[in-house]
Formats: sequence, C-alpha cells, structure tokens
Amino acid sequence: MSTKPSPAPVKSGVAISRRTFFATSAAAAGGALVVGLTLRGRFHHSSSDASQDPFDAWIHIHADGQTQLVLNKSEMGQGVFTALPMILAEEAEIDFSRITVIQADNADGTGGSGSVWGGYTPLRQAGAQVRETMIAAAARRWHVAAAECRAHNSQVTHTPSGRTLSYAALVKDARRLPLPAPHRVSLKDPKDFTLLGRSIPHLDIPDKVKGTARFGLDVRLPGMVYAVVAQCPYFRGDLLRFDAARAKAIPGVLEVFDIPTDPDSANKNTREVAVVANNTWAAIQGRNALAIEWKPGQYHDESTESLTAQLRAGLDAQEYWNFTNTALNPDTVLAARRIESVYEFPFLAHATMEPMNITVRLEGGRCEIWSPTQTGRGTQENVAKILGIDKRDVTVQVTFMGGGFGRRFGSTFDHQALQIARRVQRPVQLVWTREDDFTHDRYRPACMHRLRGGIDKEGNLVSWTDRIADTTIIGQRDPKQAQAFELGGALGMPYPAQHFRISYVPVDSGVTRGAWRGVEISFNVLSVECFIDELAHLAGQDPYLFRRRLLENAAAHPSAFRSNYDGTLADPTRTIQMLDLVTEKAGWGEPLGPNRGRGIACFFSKTTYLAQVAEVAVKNGNLRVDRVITVVDPGRVINMNGIRAQIEGAILMGLSATLKERITVKNGMIEQQNFDSYDLLRMPDAPQLETYLVEGGRPPGGIGEPPLALIGPSVGNAIFAATGKRLRKLPFQLDEMSS
Amino acid sequence: MARLALEINGRQQTIDADPEMPLLWVVRDLLNMTGTKYGCGIGFCGACTVHIDGAAIRSCQTTLATAVGKRIVTIEGLATNGLPPVQEAWIAEQVPQCGYCQPGQIMSAAALLAQKPHPTDADIDDAMSGNLCRCATYFRIRNAIRRATGETHP
Repeated sequence: MSTKPSPAPVKSGVAISRRTFFATSAAAAGGALVVGLTLRGRFHHSSSDASQDPFDAWIHIHADGQTQLVLNKSEMGQGVFTALPMILAEEAEIDFSRITVIQADNADGTGGSGSVWGGYTPLRQAGAQVRETMIAAAARRWHVAAAECRAHNSQVTHTPSGRTLSYAALVKDARRLPLPAPHRVSLKDPKDFTLLGRSIPHLDIPDKVKGTARFGLDVRLPGMVYAVVAQCPYFRGDLLRFDAARAKAIPGVLEVFDIPTDPDSANKNTREVAVVANNTWAAIQGRNALAIEWKPGQYHDESTESLTAQLRAGLDAQEYWNFTNTALNPDTVLAARRIESVYEFPFLAHATMEPMNITVRLEGGRCEIWSPTQTGRGTQENVAKILGIDKRDVTVQVTFMGGGFGRRFGSTFDHQALQIARRVQRPVQLVWTREDDFTHDRYRPACMHRLRGGIDKEGNLVSWTDRIADTTIIGQRDPKQAQAFELGGALGMPYPAQHFRISYVPVDSGVTRGAWRGVEISFNVLSVECFIDELAHLAGQDPYLFRRRLLENAAAHPSAFRSNYDGTLADPTRTIQMLDLVTEKAGWGEPLGPNRGRGIACFFSKTTYLAQVAEVAVKNGNLRVDRVITVVDPGRVINMNGIRAQIEGAILMGLSATLKERITVKNGMIEQQNFDSYDLLRMPDAPQLETYLVEGGRPPGGIGEPPLALIGPSVGNAIFAATGKRLRKLPFQLDEMSS
Repeated sequence: MARLALEINGRQQTIDADPEMPLLWVVRDLLNMTGTKYGCGIGFCGACTVHIDGAAIRSCQTTLATAVGKRIVTIEGLATNGLPPVQEAWIAEQVPQCGYCQPGQIMSAAALLAQKPHPTDADIDDAMSGNLCRCATYFRIRNAIRRATGETHP
C-alpha cells in the first residue's frame, strides 16, 4: 500500500444538502420509512435534553428509491458526510449512490475523533432495522419465511424463487410494520462487507475545488452589513477611550458603538467597540482609525519568561494530585542507572484558515444564525439564552468551515454578533480579522513534563515519575478535574514500570486555553516517547527493541497495565505488531549515511494503534524531515480515502507544531498577530509520507487526532539519532540543542 | 470614491469604490464572488490568490487602482471550457479537507503549470510555498500538480 488514494471503485452519487431541515417525524417525511437513531458523541452539549428529543439522526427511505440520512454532525473536511452514510449503506443493504446526506440544523458537538468511533454501532443497528423491516415486508407480500429472503443493493430477493422487490416498492408496507428494537437486530458478519474499507471520493470536494462551497464568511444576505470588533489586547484589561468620530469618517463606515463583553468570557467585565460598515475592508479601516486605548489588567506583567518560571517552579511545588502504583518513592528506589529530563511546550494557536465569523439575522422575534461551528446545538442554546427567547426560535445553519481543530467549540463572537445585530437592526456578518484570531484564540496549554526514570542492568524499567506542570484547559474552571481529562497519554503510558508515579500541578495564566486537535495527547505522548528513547540509549539498546521488550513484559504481566484515560485498555501485543511492521517498512537498522537518522514512536489512543518512523537529515544547521512511515490499526477502515487524508493531515499538522509554532506573551498580551510571526508548515517542509493500514477486526476507533501525537517524538528521536543531541523544548530548534 | 472598470473572468465590471481598496474585498464584498478567500490580509497565506495577466498574485495586497486595465481571473473563472486539468487533478487526488485554502492553492498551481508545464519538485516548492494549508494537504497537493502535468507520481 502507498499513501496515494486508490482509484475509487465505487461511483458515489451521495449528495450533501445543507438546506434547512426541520422535519423529523414520519408524517413530515411524506410517506417514507423513518428510522431514528442517536449519534450523540463524547462532546454533546451537556444541556441537550435527550428525553425531549431522543434521536439526533434519522434515516428516511422514500418510495421513489431515494434515501436521506439526516445527520446532526458538522463536516469540516474530516469526511464524516461520506463515512457515516457508508456504514448505513453497508448494513441496510442500500445502494450507496442513492443516499443523500442532509445536515440537520443545530448540529451537535463534533470533535474528539468521535464521529465514526461513536457512530459505527448505532448506524449499523439502524441499518439492520431498515434491512430486517424491508425483508419482513417482502416476506409478508410473498407469504414466505423471512429466512428465505436476502437484501442487497436496495432490493429484497426471495432466494428459492428468485423473485425480487425493490425497497422503494416496499416502503408502504414497511411503514406499517413494527421496527425491530435496535439491540435485537442481527448485524452483518464483517467478512461479508462489500462497501466498507473501499476508497470513496468525498462529495464536498468538487464544490471546494470550483470555489463554490459556501463557508461562514461567504454567507451573503439581502441588506447585510459587516462588522469588526476592537477587543482588549490585554488579558483581563479594560477599555479606556476611543474616538468614534474618526472611525465614522471612513467612507463606508455606518455605525460605531461599544458593547459589553460576553459575561461567560474570561474578560467579562469590560467593553469592546464594534465598527459596522457596508464592506469588511471599510470596517477594518474604521477600526484602525479608532485611536483606541486600553488599560492592562491583573496579568499586566505576564510574559513567556514569567510563565516559564512559573511552570518550572511547578515542577517542585506541592502537587495537586498524584497517582502511583508503589508505596515507595520511585526516585530513590535502587536502580542501576537513572536520568531526568524536562520537556517544554509552548502555547499554540489554532490558526484555522478561515478566521472566526458568524452571521446573524434577527427578524420577527426569531433569530437565524449562519455559523461555521463544531457545536450548532450549543450555539442555538447560547443564542437563546443571550436573547432571552425560546431555543425553538433560534435556527443555526452550520456552514462549511475553514478548519475546526477544536477552535470552533463555543465562542465569544456569538455574544458580540447578537449585540451588534440588535443595535443595527439589519443582518450582520461579524468578521474576526486574522489579528483578532491570533490574539484572542483559546490556545493549546503551555506545559512542562519532568520525567525521571531508572533502569536495571537488563534495561527493565525500575522507576518512572512524571511531574506535569500545566496551564490546563479544564483547570481554568476546576483544577480538580484536570487529571481526568488532561493526562491522557501520560497516565496511560504503555511501558510497565515497577515503581510508577505521576503528579500534577496546575499553573495559572491570563492566557485563555482550549482544545487544540488531540488536546493533551500531542504533548504528553511526545514526553513519554522521547523519554523512553532516552532510557533506551541509557541502556545501550536499540530504541525499537527496547520498547518491544518492555511491551512483551507488559503482555506477560497484564496487571502492570494502567488504564488509558478513556477507560480503554491497550493490548501491548498489538502495539508490538505495529512496531514490527513499521520497522520492516522503514528498513529500520539499514544504514542511512552521515547526518541522517531515524526515530521511532508508538501510541494507542481512542482504540487506534499506531507506530511511526521518521527519517531526518541535519546538515549545516538545517533540519529536513525526508520521509515518514506510519502504520495504523484503527480496528476497521470505513473509507480508505478519508482515513488516509485524516492520517496524512494529522501527521503534517503535528509536524508544523513540532518545528514551527509558538505563541509568546509579553506585557500581558499575545505577541503574535499574523502569519508573519506565527508560521505554519509550508510545502517545502512537507516530507514524503508512507502510510500503511492494518485492520485489527475491532470496531473502528478515532482517527482525527491520534496520528498527530507521533510525529513530534519520532522526529525528536530521529534528530538524536542523526546528531547525538536531544531536543526537549518545542518547537524543536537546532540552535537550542542541549546535550 | 471613484468609478472604475475592471475586467474579471473576461467580463467588464464597473465598481464604485475607494481606489485603495484591496482587490480581495472588491471581489468578495462588492461583487459577491466569494471563491477568493480572506486568510491573513498581509500576503502571508495565499488564500486570496488570483491571476493578474496570468501571474498568481495576492489580491489582499493589490489595490483596486492597480488592477484596472489588467486581466483578472479568479477561481470562478478558471474553468472556461469544462474543468481544466489542474482542477480535475485536485478532484482525482481528493486534495481538499476543509477546503478553505484550496482556491488559492489551485490558482497558484494553475499559474505554475501555465508557465512550466513540467515543474520539478523545487519548482513546486517555490510556487506553492506562499500558500498555507492548516489541514496540511501538501502531500496530495504535490501529487495533484504532478497528475495535472500528465505524469504519474510515485
């Protein structure tokens, strides 16, 4: 297998419709057979009322042969609008080319790599409900036993006689039959799958190639005006003064006024200034003319240096929480050799290519929202609360979004846009400029890991301690919860240590933190997989064989496992299979020549197993990543095209974080304003990717995030192999090499 | 404000606007041609790339005044007689994920291919290094450019 997408063997006619969809009842579906199901993921909005609204996805089988799958999910390029109908088509025996995906209004939380992972079983059960009902309807029509009938390609066949009836012809009868309960249906044997695992083109791609796909910023309404907001650059600062007249003098500027900040935001006690104009550029010009002045707040002297000092102090501070498997102090038990290392991670920006935006129309007591959001339902509820109206009077149309990566979970711009729309009494599009985006993001937390490890003469892990000082996400509200959500990859470290201890100290900061693709795994796994590499070299052993031997120990002594944060146990023998395959594909151990090196890393997350080898060249102070070989066992592949795209993108986004990205703080403000000071990975830096998929036969796991976690450690370990120098501060910079 | 005539995608357009207004906002907000994207406003991301007299340029850094009298092509005007090979290749290689940067990527690639029908890897690096993709679809972008040249890629 190579990473190029295989030619698509199946002509897909799936169309994605984004038209408003209110109807969910059978009556409204106009004589169709309707099956409801629940796909609520790990991140569904907590206030969603499941009792009032038991289903969030619906299948409509129409008498004209068409099927609609109404999904309560956001498509942000991850391919769920192709993968999810594939699961339905496979189990329901529906002709895939006759399924249309309709995005429901107020789509529910989409993230956490959860759409396929969480949707696989519910969609299969609902598909089997459709198939069994169609077979029952046909059997009654023919007065034969259902067991003598088979369904395939939207058609039921009576096997002994060869008679057939299409699903379309059976809809009327099927509607009168009771649906079997979802947990009572019999699911297909995966060996009989004919669609899952194939490479299917994503249906949104032609529109995205022609430039006709409508993103949030592309919404145009009659009479719409454009707004930007001048927002306080200081963490918890305050508005002092601004000159509205100067801004209003800019041609095209219509109104200038101050609005209260979102009471749910970190900077809730100040005001900001809205500039409304008849085009975006005039609004930006108007904002530039405001001569606005701000007052620093309680974090006025926060800087990257002060935060680094706080994080470093956290490494020795009184711990907030710990987990250990030993009554002894692991740092003082008898070990042949021991080392200590500190890994440092900066804040990161999401930098989605489409800046934040939202379009609002208030009319006749109703509110219509067009928003590129990962949480349509959360937006709906938030908007209803802000406006003090019933949520049924709020409609959120989720547009295509120019990147999510966790950034589009909740927002402060909903509040801003509603204040502005109320004032101007016209439809308004609120545009955050790139500068707003960089300075008012919800950043990936900055943190430090201090790892201490001890080995015996054979290279067994006698001790492992991991002290994490972290500006956590959850910890902004409740530090007590952080260990449950933000130690993934560190707490579930796969290598058995006789004496294991992990502890955590939350560090305060004025910087607002949020979920960034992979959330905690990207930095926790780097610490673990680089430090295990350090221990391998300390033991004088090959880093692949060292890992392999420790995992064999784990397989032989299952009680040594610690559960991963999501409660799923990793099987060390599968991780070993991944390591064996990736080293074979990479030619591990074959000479590479001078100034070049290979690094290895492995990981288990969201029931997906992965291993990776990176090849780097370090010459004249320049680092180049030449080739990245990745093996992934997601359990089962749904769409080969989509899963490869997710893996390739996650690897390269992870490489961008590894080599390029860093948000810094000065005088209580974010320093980076735009891509001139916060660069991302670009074409010349993108290595050759080779990706191999293995289907372990389990239900499919999460895929959007796990592959992002390996590239940092595999590159860091490769740099060590090439140079003998260990980099421990992110982003990796050759001039910061320490021994 | 001034009344200016522009040639966009082979059509003459008359625009009442400040001559200093960037072409990006002229096409997006005044002409409602939203295929050209706003990404940074400082010429560092390439999302706003259009062709002016055949060259790939950043429309956020080009004023309306300087675009007058020139031949402007946006993503909406790239396909004149069916999809050109570069867009066909983008679909065949299944390049876009979120898709937001792709009009700019395609405009840069189309200009490259018009100038160098058989670009080397270094040519591709040079021509495409001004276009950011946060989904990091670079691997498939390179394959699509090679496919558009008629060459098979490894």
